[in-house]
Amino acid sequence: MGGRDLFGYVGIEAVLDQMRRKTMKAGFEFNIMVVGQSGLGKSTLVNTLFKSKVSRKSCTPSYEEKISRTVHLKSVSHIIEEKGVKMRLTVIDTPGFGDQINNENCWDPIVKYINEQYEKYLTEELHITRKRRIPDTRVHCCVYFLPATGHRLRPIDVEFMKRLGKIVSIVPVIAKADTLTMDERLDFKQRIRQDLQASGIRVYPQKEYDEDVEDRIRNDKIRENIPFAVVGTDKEHQVNGNKVLGRKTKWGIIEVENVAHCEFANLRDLLVRSHLQDLKDVTHYIHYETYRVRRLNESNASVSGLSALPLENGITEKYEAQSQL
Amino acid sequence: MTDTIILYIQNARPLSLSGHVGFDSLPDQLVNKSTSQGFCFNILCIGETGIGKSTLMDTLFNTNFENFESSHFEPRVKLRAQTYDLQESNVRLKLTIVNTVGFGDQMNKQESYQHVVDYIDTQFESYLQEELKIKRSLHNYHDSRIHACLYFIAPSGHSLKSLDLVTMKKLDSKVNIIPVIAKADTISKSELHKFKIKIMSELVSNGVQIYQFPTDDETVSKINTAMNGHLPFAVVGSTEEVKIGNKMVKARQYPWGVVQVENENHCDFVKLREMLICVNMEDLREQTHTRHYELYRRCKLEEMGFRDTDPESKPVSLQETYEAKRQEFLQELQRREEEMRQTFVQRVKEKEAELKEAERELQGKFEQLKRLHMEEKSKLDEKRKSLEDEMSSFSKKKAAAELLQGQAFTANSNLKKDKDRKK
Repeated sequence: MGGRDLFGYVGIEAVLDQMRRKTMKAGFEFNIMVVGQSGLGKSTLVNTLFKSKVSRKSCTPSYEEKISRTVHLKSVSHIIEEKGVKMRLTVIDTPGFGDQINNENCWDPIVKYINEQYEKYLTEELHITRKRRIPDTRVHCCVYFLPATGHRLRPIDVEFMKRLGKIVSIVPVIAKADTLTMDERLDFKQRIRQDLQASGIRVYPQKEYDEDVEDRIRNDKIRENIPFAVVGTDKEHQVNGNKVLGRKTKWGIIEVENVAHCEFANLRDLLVRSHLQDLKDVTHYIHYETYRVRRLNESNASVSGLSALPLENGITEKYEAQSQL
Repeated sequence: MTDTIILYIQNARPLSLSGHVGFDSLPDQLVNKSTSQGFCFNILCIGETGIGKSTLMDTLFNTNFENFESSHFEPRVKLRAQTYDLQESNVRLKLTIVNTVGFGDQMNKQESYQHVVDYIDTQFESYLQEELKIKRSLHNYHDSRIHACLYFIAPSGHSLKSLDLVTMKKLDSKVNIIPVIAKADTISKSELHKFKIKIMSELVSNGVQIYQFPTDDETVSKINTAMNGHLPFAVVGSTEEVKIGNKMVKARQYPWGVVQVENENHCDFVKLREMLICVNMEDLREQTHTRHYELYRRCKLEEMGFRDTDPESKPVSLQETYEAKRQEFLQELQRREEEMRQTFVQRVKEKEAELKEAERELQGKFEQLKRLHMEEKSKLDEKRKSLEDEMSSFSKKKAAAELLQGQAFTANSNLKKDKDRKK
């Protein structure tokens, strides 16, 4: 094997176009989960992110209706298209998270949902007759909304992110960041970063999964800035003759897409414009594989105690033995 | 693939965007990722020795692959695979070319196609093994499955050989077959046209499914449909350059003229390069993975006894089947062990019986000998007794005789004494 120089044009680079065409025809899937207490602006943010009415804002329950006892998960799918690229966007909302008086184990329904999606994918992958394209309902990204207290991470934040950081890519954001001044914002972010490191929580983009130097440089810049302080809105106002998305207050207009005002544009670039495929890849190659290893080892060990050691490559060994029988 | 999208659309509402979101960069993100990883493409060339496989590969990829001529005396068909790293602008391609060595050279060609089929199956098998592993690394796996198979047809001008038909029939469900007519400069244009028609009709009437260039994508459907009509491509390969006009072109120089490789009037080389590399490389890879590999996987797993639904048509998970099979296997092992133990015990018993029998025999012999010995002994005793009797009677007689003699002597001496006294 060796590298070879080409004497003239062959046409290998045309494969990039072929790939582009094929993927555009096939379309993309993206599943994003938003987690946070009610009233933090999750639905508004998602609508601003995808510039359409993706989620309906949950109306505040009147005092007669009870706040739900458990965390429900609501998943809504939409097809959006831009310049010929079709995307099936699924937003999974978690109303009721962190709203109860006793919030212990409020992450359980979420962990269960994420694992269920992995299980669905695994079952389909193990089928004898598989579909041409396995429908991907796995959660690619989980946006966690931190209230802008200005202090530190709360216990519920730490507990949630610790558990979920192991099975899904978490992107923490500071919600309703227009209540913090620039200095307060910087301090808050620094303290959050310290807390995250102290608790051993790994958020996206994870340091271990950087593939090469370029990636690391790019991701380091992002890591210095998380969590992003965002403001969401779907209303437009006139500023300097342009129509911009913004929140109008008596003391000024907060422009959502202005990087001097808030970091919404950074979040959008991260999630949609530059790292969407990477999020999907990390989910598929790392989180899903981890789940698969765990699951297949579990079923090996649960077979009757005739096998003292769990086989590392259970199916292959069995398969070899079978072929020798 | 279109039907999956339709299904999706049925389950989800379409939504209109009120501004530019930016996910139209998604295909670019995907492409960039693949570029940094590099692409992988594996071609299998099947054809007789000397038909021009290596030359065509050199010409196709514009490089010198350092191949040497093979002998015609190979006892059986072998496959030789070589991997090369090519790079064009920013696209890296890991190209593997597999050549058959000795194909069609043997006297008895009945087994020729089997070696090729086995090679292809081995590649599928190693991919399947990797996919079934618990700790797998599909991301970094070097895919060695054959994506395209170029079948070189000898330019006889008449029809396909029976070896060609048999081989292609065996391979059409395992790999994408693209038949090419090699050394096409030996056939004239009109003969070529008839030859192509004959070949295609023979393939159709024998039910051989060769690779059809895909026509469902509007961007390429026109060119692909046109090319589908030109199959099989009549190619000429050459790495030597000849000056035509004021350019150097790849060509073969004859006393009667120059055959230019890249001239579409002379041969179909440019068409082959277009179709194989520029337009359909990705589709070839996809077909290999989604059609041929899935078929192999399905057959293999069904052979092992795995099913998606059990006899009552309820879905059965692979896990359960696997565990059931494993139980079966362990039980089988136990049964075998038991059997072996039984056989062992049986054998031991038999041996013991044999030994006992031998012992008894020996005992019998011993008794007999002892008896004989006793008899002999008693006989001897008798003899000795009689001898002793004789001896004692003899000594008695001797004593009696001596006594008599003594008596007679004393009588004599008495007589003498008497005589003396008388005097």
